[in-house]
Amino acid sequence: MPTLTTPLASFNQSTTQNCNVVRPERYRELLDIVKKPVIARGLGGSYGDAALNIDGQVVLMERLNRVLEFDRINGVITAEAGISLADILAVIVPAGWFLPVTPGTQYVTLGGCIAADVHGKNHHRTGSFEQHVLWLDVVIHDGEIIRCSSTQNSDLFWATIAGMGLTGIIGSASIKLIPLESAYMSVKHLATNNLQQTIIYLTDELQDDQYSVAWVDTASENNKFGRSIIMTAHHATLEELAPEQKSKPLKLFKQQQITIPYNCPGWLLNKKVIQLYNNYYYRTQSHKEKFLSHYQDYFYPLDKIKHWPRLYGKRGFIQYQCVLPHNVALASIQTILDHLQKNNYSPFLTVLKQFGKASNTPLSFPMPGLTLAMDIPIKDNKLFSLLDEIDEIVVQNEGRIYLAKDARLTPARFQIMYPRYVEWLAIKKKWDPKNNFSSSLARRLGI
Amino acid sequence: MNILILGATSAIARVTALEFAAQGHNLYLASRDSDELARITTDLSSRFPINVQYGQFDAEDFTAHAAFLLRVIAAMEKLDGVLLAFGDMKDAQPVEIINRNLTGAISILGYCSEYFIAQKSGFIIGISSVAGDRGRRKNKIYGAAKAGLSTYLQALRNELFFHGIRVITIKPGFVDTPMTYGLKGMFCVAKPEYVGKRIVASINKLSDIVYLPWFWRYIMLIIKWMPEWLFKRVRW
Repeated sequence: MPTLTTPLASFNQSTTQNCNVVRPERYRELLDIVKKPVIARGLGGSYGDAALNIDGQVVLMERLNRVLEFDRINGVITAEAGISLADILAVIVPAGWFLPVTPGTQYVTLGGCIAADVHGKNHHRTGSFEQHVLWLDVVIHDGEIIRCSSTQNSDLFWATIAGMGLTGIIGSASIKLIPLESAYMSVKHLATNNLQQTIIYLTDELQDDQYSVAWVDTASENNKFGRSIIMTAHHATLEELAPEQKSKPLKLFKQQQITIPYNCPGWLLNKKVIQLYNNYYYRTQSHKEKFLSHYQDYFYPLDKIKHWPRLYGKRGFIQYQCVLPHNVALASIQTILDHLQKNNYSPFLTVLKQFGKASNTPLSFPMPGLTLAMDIPIKDNKLFSLLDEIDEIVVQNEGRIYLAKDARLTPARFQIMYPRYVEWLAIKKKWDPKNNFSSSLARRLGI
Repeated sequence: MNILILGATSAIARVTALEFAAQGHNLYLASRDSDELARITTDLSSRFPINVQYGQFDAEDFTAHAAFLLRVIAAMEKLDGVLLAFGDMKDAQPVEIINRNLTGAISILGYCSEYFIAQKSGFIIGISSVAGDRGRRKNKIYGAAKAGLSTYLQALRNELFFHGIRVITIKPGFVDTPMTYGLKGMFCVAKPEYVGKRIVASINKLSDIVYLPWFWRYIMLIIKWMPEWLFKRVRW
């Protein structure tokens, strides 16, 4: 199999490593690829080193993207793991089905969603991706394909979901879909005045809907600090549509895309610009109370800007995401944001979401509480020591950070954040005794 | 329309099939690898509401070609066009490469032409290569096979023109497929999706010979212009 030795980057461009990359065109080729140490890589949407393998083998899954079965009556799709969510949606939406869980971009692969056990804006109601996977085919170290589900080889099933690709290569998967009346979302915006109010409204059942998320203005100061737009939504029913939408309720649009051709200068997203933008966004969005939006615009606004991480310049940015238990959420989020502000760091984009029940998988990120995600431009290396301090705040409050977005967590903190890793490691050793599946992330965390 | 794709498991054929399917055309997929054909067939019929069928086809098994085409016509009832997309340059002896890329192509396209002439309509799209435009020391056999294929397609075009049948020669430059993956000295490598879209679009355009991407026409023009005494001294 021809190998290309080339630098691969994390999505936010802040981590780049030389890897030996292979790209199979046919499913069968995977069986040979696993005979050498390897990690699978989807569309490179991870913000950390999860899909990097410095000086090691990386298999690009993007061309293993065939739909293997689509049951239009029961809403089940089975596909090769390299298929993108965009491709899946193009097949299922016109037939009246939708993904049960979707992250904020459709340019990620099915395998990646499973390996990272991704969540969406509906985690408080439907859980993470894990709960909707019917079965998986995992190609293990000796080239055997193992079918696993919650009843068959269940240890491999639970260790592979959220297993960051370290138990084997997810070759194909079958997922259960949710029914859909229209491709539109009925969206409601609610403006809040400060962080406390944001958290109260975000967790209030009366304000709640199928999907909810808070966009937080962390550039505002004093008593306005943490003011937000809480965006709740549900899939619009036929009755909610305008007459012209009713005639073609499941219509797909080709999303208009603009491309950022080069890296912008690093000073572009400075504190003043961040403040102005956040203020502008708060003002324009707080006026919209209730409106209809196509699902592509609601779920994937950033997909409209191809290569948007280039806006952050050559040094890139860090997306820091942690979850904190409900009882300490307000205080600890306040502490984290204060700590950043005190040190003159402004996240360009800050988002808060509510998590519901934790899943069965030992390495899954979500747990009951609030999750905070921040895009922070890398001004200088001081940011990294600052984030270490924030990791410590998260540890002390019994929270954890999301491995799919991480390139800097230490093994010691990882073990405290993910206490079930011991259980996971035992299953990993059972199915992968020679540690054939390893990534830069795995070696950094010592797993 | 009902279209037969020969070599349907190749990277370019697969994206071209997706593009044909997106436009609502029914497809018959053929290649040696029937496992893979079955997977691609399910993929296409899940994505688009079209009729997709498949069957095994071996370019080197010349004696089976006539029967193969009859099976395709029986399965599809009628055939409106053929895309010839098979051809490779790896893992094979020179004679095999010539047999597969050139002799096999001439054999099956011969039967297709007879069918289209009798039907008084149809089109043939043949994927040749810029490698056939001039012989390079590193690409002797593949280049010779593609040069032969380009010439054959040209002759076929001249013949079938009087029967109202179109023959289009596609000459891709470097495309991001397993054939070029990991090789040194590649430049301006095109995405297969782009090539697939242009191949399908070529049916509605006037060009008989389509370079993909377009600028290869001019690169090859310069390369073809070079006098032999100079060309033989360049190490490429």
